[in-house]
This record gives sequence, structure tokens and C-alpha cells, in this order.
Amino acid sequence: MENSKPRPQLLWNKLSGDPVRAFGSLSLLLLISLAIAPAKDHFSQWRHYQNSYLKMIRSRSDAVTLRRHFREGIQQIWNPELEVVDRCTTCHVGVNEAGLTDISLQPFCRHPVIPHNTEQFGCVLCHRGQGAATTVKEAHMSTVAWEQPLLPERYIESSCGQCHRPPLTGTPHLNEGRRLMARYGCVHCHTVKLPEGGLLKAEDDAPSLSHIADKTTREWIYAWLKDPQAYATSATMPNFKLNDEEAGDISAFLIRNSTPVAGDALTLPQKAVSDSTAGASLYGESFCATCHAVQNAAGNVVGGDVGPELTRIGNKVRPEWLAAWIKNPRVYDPPTEMPHYRFTDAQVAVLTGYLQAKSDSDFLANIHLEPATPDQINRGKLLVTEYGCTSCHEISGIRKPDNFAPELTRIGSKPSSQLIFAPGIEHTLPDYISGKLRQPRAFAAGLKMPQYNFTAAQIDAITTALLSLNERAQTLPAALTVPPTPASNYQPAGKAGQLMNDLACFSCHRINGRGSDMAPDLTWEGSAVQRKWLEDFLQNPNTLRPALIRRMPKFNLTPDEISTLSDYIMAVYQTPSFDRESMANSGYPAVAVEQGRQLFYSKYGCQACHIVDAKADKGYIGPTLTEVGSRLNAAWVYHWLKDPQALRPGTIEPNRNLTDEDARALTVFLISQKGSGRQETRK
Amino acid sequence: MRYLRISAGFLAVGLVFSGCARTPLSNTASKATKSISALVEVSGGKQAGAAGNTLPQPVVVQANDDQGNPVPGALVSIRGPRDTMFDPPSGPTDSSGQFTTNLSLGGMAGRYQLIVSTHDEAGKPIELKIEEIALGYEEILGREMSEKYCARCHNQESTPERLSNYDNLAVKPHAFNEGDALNPISDADLTAIIEHGGPALNKSPLMPPYDYTLSKAEIHALISYIRMISDPPYRAPGTFYAKQ
Repeated sequence: MENSKPRPQLLWNKLSGDPVRAFGSLSLLLLISLAIAPAKDHFSQWRHYQNSYLKMIRSRSDAVTLRRHFREGIQQIWNPELEVVDRCTTCHVGVNEAGLTDISLQPFCRHPVIPHNTEQFGCVLCHRGQGAATTVKEAHMSTVAWEQPLLPERYIESSCGQCHRPPLTGTPHLNEGRRLMARYGCVHCHTVKLPEGGLLKAEDDAPSLSHIADKTTREWIYAWLKDPQAYATSATMPNFKLNDEEAGDISAFLIRNSTPVAGDALTLPQKAVSDSTAGASLYGESFCATCHAVQNAAGNVVGGDVGPELTRIGNKVRPEWLAAWIKNPRVYDPPTEMPHYRFTDAQVAVLTGYLQAKSDSDFLANIHLEPATPDQINRGKLLVTEYGCTSCHEISGIRKPDNFAPELTRIGSKPSSQLIFAPGIEHTLPDYISGKLRQPRAFAAGLKMPQYNFTAAQIDAITTALLSLNERAQTLPAALTVPPTPASNYQPAGKAGQLMNDLACFSCHRINGRGSDMAPDLTWEGSAVQRKWLEDFLQNPNTLRPALIRRMPKFNLTPDEISTLSDYIMAVYQTPSFDRESMANSGYPAVAVEQGRQLFYSKYGCQACHIVDAKADKGYIGPTLTEVGSRLNAAWVYHWLKDPQALRPGTIEPNRNLTDEDARALTVFLISQKGSGRQETRK
Repeated sequence: MRYLRISAGFLAVGLVFSGCARTPLSNTASKATKSISALVEVSGGKQAGAAGNTLPQPVVVQANDDQGNPVPGALVSIRGPRDTMFDPPSGPTDSSGQFTTNLSLGGMAGRYQLIVSTHDEAGKPIELKIEEIALGYEEILGREMSEKYCARCHNQESTPERLSNYDNLAVKPHAFNEGDALNPISDADLTAIIEHGGPALNKSPLMPPYDYTLSKAEIHALISYIRMISDPPYRAPGTFYAKQ
């Protein structure tokens, strides 16, 4: 009978056959269930790590200190202002232990030195991940409920960019990424709203195509559209992967749509001269290579990147346009960064001939286009609208589109569930962004984003910059961010201002925060230099730094222009902190000069970087000082020696903290260096 | 039209097959003819790059036979500490016997030992050790300082735009990776030289003081950069722990 009962019932009978037994087994069950929580706690991952940390530090000589710093249990950094709740330091116990330099085993490594402390900012703010989690997987990986996995180390500088808007010295990748975004004009198509209001600006200068027929031929436009990098390896225009028909249609439309510019119609004043020696020397003398690059025989692109590469310029431009451009670029493109050199007609002819010879006979050899039909022109117009050409280029008759491409204001915190991944790409946001930069059209059919040819390092840099555009950057309280330095729209006044625009001074020099940092900052130039020297220099710029390749070109200014510029510079660009005439520029006794010389050569070793005696000194870093007494004002030299960074922030001349006497003696020595070997002293 | 498509399809399939077949064939052929006796580093060792980032130059190694001639088609693989990544991690040497790989270092700053390995005909493993340096935040800041203020004298190979001043100096400055000269100088002494100039330690007066130009943090960063790129490696003095 008993045997016929099913086994579960037997077991049931055994456990709860009578009340005592039932009570016993129930209490046992209760006890076990009560033990689950402490057991789970005891065997938790973080306790395991804390125990192994304690085991690790036991044998170290600084065990006592480390043990004293150690706090058991779950640790939490809480900063309500930043919305930070981080428990990372529960396992990463050694993060703030300066003594743990020799440990390379996670989670016990000390954090590398950074300017912030973890107590204040927490970890997730920079590293992402889930701060409140207490298991490795939940904290580091993306889970169903949490889409922010740990940020790979290569993009870590993006986190600095959430709060720091101006470039930081310690974040070269982020700075490079931001620079590339500005240079390649990402924001022409993709809007990026700034947290402080306004839009992110591009720094590229895509040319207007409204008068393109003056400048070049339909064949060249066709070849350029097909593959811009085939024409110039350093071209920033991306490849739209157009087929032959599309390129033919767009080129037809652009030529048809173009209107002539008055000044370009001028016929060549003189036939282009093909004198390669004279051309090369004029090209060199005018320091064209400061802004323009040319590919050399070895295939390296050598020269500046301010203006376009000129390797095959002869294939591109019409000779009459080139001549007119060299004569005065402002006729064709008024805001151009190219200075208006005052070349003579003969010089224009030589330079035109020299540049025309820079061509590749194969480049346009195989392009034969039929004359454009009205149908083609209409299709071209449609294509121009469809590809958003006017986002970057001005084309008369077609408006710049709004919101042409997806906005990138919060791209750095976009949930990966909202992204469509191309096959073979890991499903994380950084991989999505870098994949998109690498091959934009691999993600779906019919995408319009063109193909760029970035290097792997450039893609990493741009991805870093894009990841810094995120939700937190937008919502951070203003008090916690470092705002960008406001862009200066300084404009010099009057006739001198017009002249400075014409000569494009701001393409190289910075004045009152506006301009480039290629050449010296001229904000206080009027305090620094003597008028006579300034006039001579504008007439015939002789370099002060023999080692530099980039130099001030000769603009062939008229005496009137020189005097207008000198008047303005001497009157306006003066520092309010001292009077330039407060110290005499000559007439110091020989004893004082000698004392300065001793200090210069012996105590301060200035000859390491500067040349005073052209025969004996060799220093190549600072400007040559052989004629400094005819160039600078004594008061400027004195204040410069006392604190160079105060007069020109960021200059590398070290502040030697000179006493007033030493600074004065050095000034007296320097100001008596009047050039051509003569030293002016009072007997 | 359809026939054309089908034949094109066959052609494509045929091309794929022949393409697949080519690589292993050449592999076995070259292995049979030559035996590797050594792996040699061609370029890409001892680079300093930001932690977690791809190094600027790829690592190139060459497989040589006992005569010193390159061996093409030998399978070479490279490995390193946990989070180093290689692209590709292994592959055959090319026609000039070289294997090229791009690598990105792990997130922790420090020195990374990489091991390139292959084996000879008899299956004996041949290894080559290569060292790379990952720079953390502080070292990168130090490198920026060094580039701006120091490199023109301390680096013999400054770029043409900033011609090196090294040759012009009577007392030659030490390159920052000259471990033999710089490792014996303590952190305090290095700080003193940077802050107060060469004469602080009876060195060349041509080295100017930077205490009023650079901040303490910047000088500290500069020193940690110098220590990190030093060759032979710098070992911090002070506490050494007995291994149990």
C-alpha cells in the first residue's frame, strides 16, 4: 500500500507528517531564506575585490598607511549638482593612493595624475558607464536598461570637452578633432547648437561658384567632381562618388549658371612669360609657399595649407583669370585671405607663366564633354539642390538649405538603440561615429554624405570631438563650464584699416584677438618698434629669424601706403601699461653698456637663443639682435625683459624675474646695438 | 543577356576561388624553401603615443634566414599586454619578408612589452621583444611643454620650420630620452635645473630658468614625461618591495 504512493507524497509525509516535523522543516526553510541575503552580500564581487586588495597590501611596506585609508563596504561619491552617483571606488580602492605607482593590475591601479580630484567629480562624468552599479558587468558594459558603456580610452579626451570649450594644453586629440571639424566644415550641413547659444562655426572658406566660368573650364569641374583628391591630394572637398552623367550634368549647370565678374574680363596686359627661373625666384621671394603647397618629386606635399595646393594649378585656371587674380584677388573674391600684392604687370606675367606651367598633361587628357543640353543643365540644377552643394558653396539662384543633414548637437549621447549600424560594426556609439566617418555610405543605400579620406588618427580625433557634443555638455550649469574665448571681430579703422584688409594682415598676424598666429601678434607693435625701422621693414621686409621658412612677403607698397600704415600702428597699437618714450633710445655711457654685455653673456647666457655678435653668437631661437637698438624702443625692451608674457601671452621667452638694475643694464646693452657692427655709446 | 550574367557569375566565383587558393599556396611554397632564423625589428619600436590610442607609426618586423636574407610568406604573430590591440594581430610576411601591423596601446600609461613570434621549420619558436610607451594625461601635458619650450635645444631633430639650436650650443644639451645621463639625476635636482636654470646644479648657464614661466604642475608634468620616455627605463628610487 505504502509503496504504491508516489515519491513526492512520501517525502511530504516525512517532512510534515506531524506538527513538530512540519514546524522543524518550515523553520529550516525560513533560516535558509534568511541566509540568502547575507550570503549574497558575502560572496559579492565587490567584497571579493576588497578582500584581495587587503591581501595585496598586507605584504607592502606602506601597508599601514594603505590600511588606514581603506574603508570597507560600498563607497559612493555623490555630487547632486553634477548628477553624479558613483560607486566605482568600491572596487577601485586604490584610485587615490599615490603610493600604488607599481601596481598595474586592475581594479587596484592608482588614477594617473589629472587636474581634478575624483571626490569632486566622480568617475562616470569622464569614463561613462553606470556609476551606481556594483558588479563589473553592469558598471562597465551596456545593458538593457543602461546604454552608456565605458568610454574606450582613446576617446577619453572627449570628456574634457564637455566642460572645457577653449583648447586645453593637455588634450591634443580633442583640439585636433575640433580643428578638423572646423577645417572640413562639418557644420555647413550638420547644425551644432552651442550650450551658450548660437551655432558652431566652420573655418573653411569654400569658394563661391557664382562666377566659376571665369576661373576654370567645364572639363576641370567634371574631373574635380569625380575625384577632388586626384587633382590635389590635400584637397578638403570630399568625394561625392558621382557617376559620369551626374558630374557632366552638374558641371554643365555650374558653367551655365555662372555670371562674369567685371575685373576678370580684362585681357592679359602682357602675354604670360614662361621664364621658369624668374618665376621660381618671384614665387620664392613672395613667400607663396607660406600659404600654398606644392607636391614635390618625392610625392610629399610641401608648403602651407592656408590657400589651395598648386601642384596642378595650370590644369585648373584660365590664364586671364590667373593674371587678374594675381594682380588683385579682391576683384574676384573680396573677403579672400590672399593678400593683394602690388605686382607690376611684368611680374604678373612672369608669375602667371610660372604657375601655368604647373600642370599635368594627362590630367584632363581623357575628358571630352559634349556641349551641354538644356535638359542636362536642368538635371544639374536638381542634383546641386539634392546634394546640398549650397551648404558650403555660394551658387547664385540657389538658397542655402536649412537642416540639410542630421543635427549633431547631442550626437555624443545618442542611445545606440536609435542608431542603424552597418554590418560588421560593433554596436557602440564611438564605433558608429568612426565607422560613419570612415565609410559614410556603407550604412544604407541612397545616403548622400560624401566620402572623406581621413587617416585613422584623424577619425579618432574627430570622433573624440563629436563625443564631447552630448547631453551633459548642453545641460551643465554655466558656473561649471569653461566658456569659449569669444571670437573677436576687431576691425582697424579708416584708411589704414582698408589697407590692412587689402593686404590681408589678419591672415598671418593677430591683433586684438583677431587673426592667425602664424606671425607675431601686433597688438602692441606701436610700443615695441621705432617708426624708422617700421617704415624700412614695410618697404623691404628683412627677416628677423633666419631659421624660419615662413616669412613676411614684400608687398611693393607705395610711400603713401607705408606712411598711412606706420602712422596708424605707431598711434593706435600702444600698450597702456607704459610710455614708449620713458627711456632714451641712445646716449648711454660705455661703462653701462659693458655691464649689460657681461650680464648678457655671462650671467644670463642670452646667446644660447639670440645673436648679437653675428660672428661669435649662434643662437637661432629668438630674433637676431644685431640691430635691435635701431628696431625696438628701450622702454619696450626693459618691460619685455621684466615680464615677456605680460606683453605677448604665450611667448616662449622665459621670464627671468630680473631685478630692475639687471633689466636696465641689459636694456642699455641691447639698445646700443645699432646694427652693421657699430655700437653707439657716449664717450 | 541572361547567359552573359550567368557567365559573369561563374567568372566571379572562379576569381574568388583562385584568389583564396593563392595565399596558402605561396605560404607553403616559401616555407619549404627557406627557414627563418631570426626576427628583426625594422621600425616602429620605442614609440611614445597617447594611452589607448593608435601609435603614429606601424610596427614593422622582418623575418630573416640564417644568411640574413628576408623570408617572405612566413606566418608572424604579435601579442602584448591585455588591452593592446593589433591590426592585424598576425599574418604572413610580404614579398620583402616584412610584417607590418598597426597597434593601439592599452588605457594605462606605462611601458608595453610586445612579443612578435614565429617558428622555424622544426617548429622551434622564434621571438622578438619590442617596447612601446603609452603616455597618460600628465605625460602628454609634459610632451606639449617639451615641444614648446625645450625641443629646440634638447632635440637634435627638430622640424625644419623650427631648426634645431642643438648644434649652436657650446655645451650640448641632453636629449630627453638619454636615460644614462638623466636617470641618475633625482626629481628634485631636475626640478631645480628647470626652475633655476643650469647654474643651479653647476651645469651650463645657457639653460635658462623657467620658474616664473612654467607652473609647478607643468614642471612636474615635464619631468614625468622625461622619466617615461627615458631609455634605458627610469626606475624610481625609494621604496622597493620584497617579493614573497
